[in-house]
Amino acid sequence: MKFRANQVHYHMMLLPGLLLLVVFSIIPMAGIVMAFQDFKIGLGIWRSPWIGLQNFKYLFELSDSRVIFYNTIFIAVFKIIGNLFVPLTFAILLNELRGRIFKRFVQTVVYLPHFLSWVILSGIIVEMTTTDGLVNQVVKAFGGEPIIFLASNQWFPFILISSDVWKEFGFGTIIYLAALTGINPALYEAAVIDGASRPQQIRYITLPLLVPTFILLATLSIGNVLNAGFDQVFNLYNPLVYESGDIIDTYVYRAGLINAQFGLATAVGLMKSVISFLLIIVSYTLASRFANYRIF
Amino acid sequence: MVMNRTLSARLAQYALVIFMILVLLTCIIPIWHTVAVSFSHKSYAAAGMVDFWPKGFNTIAYQQIIADPVFVNSFLVSVKRVLLGGGINFLLAVLMAYPLSRSSQEFRFRNIYMWFLVFTMLFSGGIIPLYILMKTLGMFNSIWALVLPGAVPVFNVILLVNFFRSIPKDLVEAGHMDGAGPWYMLFRVFIPISTPALATITLFSIVGHWNAFFDGLIFMRTPEHYPLQTYIQQLVVQLNTQNLDSSQVELLSKLSNQTLNAAKLVVAMVPILIVYPLIQRHFIHGIMLGSVKE
Repeated sequence: MKFRANQVHYHMMLLPGLLLLVVFSIIPMAGIVMAFQDFKIGLGIWRSPWIGLQNFKYLFELSDSRVIFYNTIFIAVFKIIGNLFVPLTFAILLNELRGRIFKRFVQTVVYLPHFLSWVILSGIIVEMTTTDGLVNQVVKAFGGEPIIFLASNQWFPFILISSDVWKEFGFGTIIYLAALTGINPALYEAAVIDGASRPQQIRYITLPLLVPTFILLATLSIGNVLNAGFDQVFNLYNPLVYESGDIIDTYVYRAGLINAQFGLATAVGLMKSVISFLLIIVSYTLASRFANYRIF
Repeated sequence: MVMNRTLSARLAQYALVIFMILVLLTCIIPIWHTVAVSFSHKSYAAAGMVDFWPKGFNTIAYQQIIADPVFVNSFLVSVKRVLLGGGINFLLAVLMAYPLSRSSQEFRFRNIYMWFLVFTMLFSGGIIPLYILMKTLGMFNSIWALVLPGAVPVFNVILLVNFFRSIPKDLVEAGHMDGAGPWYMLFRVFIPISTPALATITLFSIVGHWNAFFDGLIFMRTPEHYPLQTYIQQLVVQLNTQNLDSSQVELLSKLSNQTLNAAKLVVAMVPILIVYPLIQRHFIHGIMLGSVKE
């Protein structure tokens, strides 16, 4: 009975947030109609002419679109793979480390890059990869020719993937370390009595206990197949590497906000949103069925 | 494990420590190097002669920054958005998380609201419709354009909902017995005992606001309104990369003042470097507690 009186208060607590979500998330969703219009900013949504699927047709005819979809998936998939395996490996190694203070220190430092923006990190990467930069000094020390990494289509995707894995691997270990603290020490004690070496303990105890977490994260990352990382690419790319580094999000930005092709850009963005949404539904369904995962 | 002190185990431990030190170096060197460049003489920096220690130590770059009104202003815009945006994020997160953490018997619409929230997190109209909306609302050049679109931190709300649900039911029932209403429960009971979770979401939203550059880029039409990251993106990073051409790259790196750029990057990093260790000890705890579900 007393619950009923509380209902009103609960609605009131939610109201401000819900209003803001309606204005800034739901109303823009209605803007999706622009994907089916030849949208002109002067005419607005109500008076811009409807052109049906013209934008999508144009999109599929565009030779750029195959490149941006390919680049997006290529970069995103390798980031996903790196961001799954590197934290797993690092967490296992960290677990083997003995000194507690040193371990704590390592953790603190490796989490840090996650909190720095791509704007700042890009500034640093640009500075470090110039022909005289720190990276090329190493290349030269090994007798190589200096490489302009950020202007090379061969190197650019590699720079994106490796710098992203570098930025995120530390933070990614948190969840594995949490899983590791849940391991019963008795398992290791029993293994030692049975004469298992450290590598054997990793192989037969640590690793199997981390596999469920790994599979859960792998499943949930399906939804990221079209997220190649706008902030990073946008801050590092340039016209010389569009061929290997231009992704859906950067294309949408240039088409829509620089060249004012609002209809086309919305269409591309809509395609990405819909595919991503479907992938997330699939991944959450799999995760809830096989790993008993709940968002809330 | 202590018994297992064979020679090979000890060697493995040494190898591991060396490996960890190498990993630490990859995280520290880029930042350290940038600090070193920022305190160097600009001709040494341009010649690529600065590695890990300033050459021709001086603080000219920092003096120039302090004297640059646009930079100082962008720093203040960022501070303003962190305070305003972070405050709004915090308030909305606790206000929304409390009712949503009630069971669906206690709050009938809970699941509907929850799915609504998740939906707004997973699906969006994309950047173009938001841009048009903000233009229509006349919010360009206003600090609110940086604060309102992300005012509801949905991810943080869900984190906090899960945390609130891990709070023992006895505590809530005891509160109800004493006649505490929802507002009292939230502000006097739940918030005071949720420090780790609240520190975590606060860290996330402060860092998110401090690091955001894209909204500043598209919603702020003139540099006087740029937040710091947008300023740096436009005047440091973009100048360097957008004109890259094998022949131009040398010229550009000579023309651009690497020392000054590095100093700007350092100034943008410092607040994160200060806030992060203060909250860090809470946030791991907070993330983990938030992920415990029943």
